[in-house]
Amino acid sequence: MVETIGNTTEGSMIINVGPQHPATHGVLHLVITLNGETIQKVEPHLGYIHRSIEKMCESLTYRQFIYVTSRMDYLSAHINNHACALCVEKGMQIEVPARAQYIRVIMDELTRIASHELWWGAMAMDLGAFTPFFHAFRERESINDIMEETCGARLTMNYMVPGGVMQDIHPAFQQKVKAFMQLFKRKFHEYNEMVTGNIIFQNRMKNVGVLSAEDAISYGCSGPAARGSGVSCDIRKIHPYEIYNTLEFEEILETGGDSFSRYMVRLNEMHQSIKIIEQLIDNIPEGDFQAKTKAVLKLPKGEFYQRVETARGELGVYIVSEGGTTPYRIKFRSPGFSNLSVLDHIARGSKLGDLVAMMGTLDLVIPDIDR
Amino acid sequence: MWSLSKIANTIHEWLRTTFNSTLATILEMVLAGVAVISLFAILGLVLVIMERKVSAWMQIRLGPNRVGPKGMLQSLADTVKLLVKEGLTPNGADKFLFNLAPFIAMMVAMLLMAPIAFAKDFQLWDLNIGVLYISAVSSIMVISILMAGWSSNNKYSLMGAMRSGAQIVSYELSAGLSILSIVVLTGSLQVSEIIQSQSNGWWIFKGHIPAIISFVIFMIAVTAETNRAPFDLAEAESELTAGFHTEYSGMKFALFFLAEYVNVFIVCAIGATVFLGGWMPFHIGSWEGFNHLMDFIPSSIWFFGKTFFLIFLIMWFRWSFPRLRIDQLLNLEWKYLLPISMVNLLLMTAIAILGWYF
Repeated sequence: MVETIGNTTEGSMIINVGPQHPATHGVLHLVITLNGETIQKVEPHLGYIHRSIEKMCESLTYRQFIYVTSRMDYLSAHINNHACALCVEKGMQIEVPARAQYIRVIMDELTRIASHELWWGAMAMDLGAFTPFFHAFRERESINDIMEETCGARLTMNYMVPGGVMQDIHPAFQQKVKAFMQLFKRKFHEYNEMVTGNIIFQNRMKNVGVLSAEDAISYGCSGPAARGSGVSCDIRKIHPYEIYNTLEFEEILETGGDSFSRYMVRLNEMHQSIKIIEQLIDNIPEGDFQAKTKAVLKLPKGEFYQRVETARGELGVYIVSEGGTTPYRIKFRSPGFSNLSVLDHIARGSKLGDLVAMMGTLDLVIPDIDR
Repeated sequence: MWSLSKIANTIHEWLRTTFNSTLATILEMVLAGVAVISLFAILGLVLVIMERKVSAWMQIRLGPNRVGPKGMLQSLADTVKLLVKEGLTPNGADKFLFNLAPFIAMMVAMLLMAPIAFAKDFQLWDLNIGVLYISAVSSIMVISILMAGWSSNNKYSLMGAMRSGAQIVSYELSAGLSILSIVVLTGSLQVSEIIQSQSNGWWIFKGHIPAIISFVIFMIAVTAETNRAPFDLAEAESELTAGFHTEYSGMKFALFFLAEYVNVFIVCAIGATVFLGGWMPFHIGSWEGFNHLMDFIPSSIWFFGKTFFLIFLIMWFRWSFPRLRIDQLLNLEWKYLLPISMVNLLLMTAIAILGWYF
């Protein structure tokens, strides 16, 4: 006899995971209905880190609002800034100098690697292996040092401005980036030895949290979460911005749709990012790092949209302008929100331990979901 | 050359000559109890600092390095902190069981100390069913965990306790069967006789491949029995925050913590006794000179050396592997380890009957 009490069935247990819980990487609150160890329903609750970034942006000028977006997806702060700068440039029709474009793309890809490094460490930690976290941070630290030298900050860089970048790169930038790429290539085999090839890890990841290509599309997934299901959605390929159309790199696709596919997509994306940086690092053209712009930016009346590929997927910036110095309305289409929405769908019927693994492979950054 | 048994005998004789026999026996019992408790405390301190240093070494960092020389007094400082911390009892908890559980955990660990031979002729209680006693007492451990999980009135604790119950009960079978395969070779359950039978070589070398298989299964099973990674589902912090001891704080938590480390020591000591010859020095057949040289190393050093080597192995597991899922954990035991150890036991019996071991 199954009897309904409230909105749960008898014999099931409701567990609140979060908002303060080691598995959620932030203040996400999951209400999980369990039958023994088996998950019946996952209900994400948001709102614990809502800072009304979109509303705040409405009272900031087009130069200022970019910096607030570093606090959305703090692991790909550069790319968020980049999206906003691109959107403003589109409205103002500013021509960005080639040097600035090269620097921007290198910075984007370094950010992507740093983000994936952190994800990899945290992912292994979700599965109970602590050691990989420290190994991932060894490489991530050297990216942060590069960022610190050039941008002055390690996490929220605020380096992109409308028309280019804030200042020129540090004299040692190229040499440091090359040294990092050497280090990364030398150490990468450790990642496979420690985690990818581990039999326990593979058993925990394969055929777990399977997301079909249809579902990935209908839930609006993007980034590695969708590419793990075989959906081609790399904005850098489909709607190239900056100089991405002149670069040679592959869009990584896996067709499994399970946690392991999503894991492999991210792991291989790091190599593609290295490949992109290798093409650019020696060829940064001379010239201005910033276009000449007016002191006060005013976007013409109208609506502007720009999408970029962040480390987690497609980020869209939508600006409605009334012709003033501040946006009338701003909307961000964040990748994490749609990726989180599939959690309930893929987690039903699996074990509690796997939920943590699935959340790990979706790579949720809560401030990005809950702006 | 110093030895623990000589010290014990000296104390024994002095007590016998100074006091009458009843008083001397009581005093000896008190002394033994004090010795066990101090060993308990020392092991806790040493193993915690060892674990932190081993993990730091594997994770390319320094580990504790502020308190005392090279941070060696860090766990002492932590103990002081835990002692002065308030031990909370949640309002909804079953107070009696909640407060009883950590003591049962510790009591079990203490009881398990009895049949272990720490050095030559240095053993608290050499009972004739030593191995049986060990496996019987160690299964009481699960009661304290279930008690802690149930009485906490917390869903995480309850799930941790249930997982742990399923896990310990299952893995005890494999651990028992793998020890049994050595008992078959020895023909005795008595710990001192098992050690004596290894005087011309340790069982892991003498018992051919079945002994090695038993040893591997034993190591896997005891890692699971002591709830350590990759089998730490009972406390799986990324899933259940801290599992069965989520609600414990202060010294009550410290007792669980201590019991875990002492249990690791004890299972490793049992492994060292059964497979690696306990306090027996390393001997090679007829190499008289070499064997004589090995005899010069005190037997207690042999015992603790082997035990700490096994402890290091278990720590190595913990810092290298991700955690298993609950169904995979039970599959591993019931579908792989248990059948293998049963066949292995049969094989071992055949070897013992035919006398194929060295």
